[in-house]
Amino acid sequence: MNRRPYIRKMPKFWWLGQRRYTIYMVRELTCVFIGAYVIVILVGLFRLTQGPAAYGAYLTALQTPVAVGFHLLALGFALLHMATWFNLTPQAMPLRFGEKTVPGAVIIMVHYIVWIVISVALVLVAKV
Amino acid sequence: MTEPVFELEVLRYRPETENTPVFQTYTVPYNEDWVVLDALTHIKDNIDRTLSFRWSCHMAVCGSCGVMINGEPKLSCHSFLRDYFPGKVRVEPLTNFPIERDLVTVADSFMEKLASVKPYMIAETERPVSAGEYLQSPMDLNLFKPYTMCINCMLCYAACPQIGLTPDFVGPAALALAHRYNLDTRDGGREERQDIAASTVGVWDCTFVGACSQVCPKSVDPAAAIQQMKISSTVDWYKTLLPPWGNE
Repeated sequence: MNRRPYIRKMPKFWWLGQRRYTIYMVRELTCVFIGAYVIVILVGLFRLTQGPAAYGAYLTALQTPVAVGFHLLALGFALLHMATWFNLTPQAMPLRFGEKTVPGAVIIMVHYIVWIVISVALVLVAKV
Repeated sequence: MTEPVFELEVLRYRPETENTPVFQTYTVPYNEDWVVLDALTHIKDNIDRTLSFRWSCHMAVCGSCGVMINGEPKLSCHSFLRDYFPGKVRVEPLTNFPIERDLVTVADSFMEKLASVKPYMIAETERPVSAGEYLQSPMDLNLFKPYTMCINCMLCYAACPQIGLTPDFVGPAALALAHRYNLDTRDGGREERQDIAASTVGVWDCTFVGACSQVCPKSVDPAAAIQQMKISSTVDWYKTLLPPWGNE
């Protein structure tokens, strides 16, 4: 008998059809903002090497509405990435002590605690 | 009073008469104890004997009856009509697989991928039978036990967009099984499996969508297995740069 298997093409916008795929694509696409933020920081470091005037101009540019808007957006997406990554950590790095498995919620909580401690420490250092 | 009925839209593909699949609607008596597989069997027995679908155990053990139900990969023996009633269901063959006929898919690629990761015990040093059993503690068993629950139903392959986008990707179930044997204290075959598992088509084609674990009817969590393998493969790579493991 002649076989004639039918191959279905994946729809171009396959990620719009289901919530879990859409959330995944939002996670993937918003990393562009994280990358852009890193570039902004690197530009700042470069401008710092060029002297006080150059760095001052960089700081002024950061205060424009576009720059502030971008930073707010990037911060929002950074928080999203943080939350999604923290929530996935128990799957990627399960912890076991002898016969006991550390519950996933504990692993996630420790991440949040460390994040808060580091954030507060950074703010305190920046103020000094 | 009229008896309640249930409607199913089933994707049909009869290669001898059709060039593309078409939906066909069937109406079956509604029975709240029925699963979708019962409805399909009712259609085959009473309405349309040309309908083709796979099934075997009817109790979520054999992994044969996986289909898409309203776009979600499900075991048809594990999906009650009552969860969809009074709506209807759309039944399609598992996505990311070629359709052989109606709800029957071609699973050859999956079988090849499964074999490629050597999902069986490879002892580090073969021992004679007289040496006795390979001993293992319950704690050692717990390390990999969840991954032994896989029934090869391929729902995770239908859920994984990476399988659709990069068909060579070894995929969730096969990699989870590779991880299962790698974690087994009686096994010594990790290095052999790494050829495929740690390659681009292995764990590195996974982008952690996580859909595989969400649709698994046996709670195997292949996504977790793959991420853990990524970490151990990365550690392997770093070790090649460092003494005493590195060559240089």
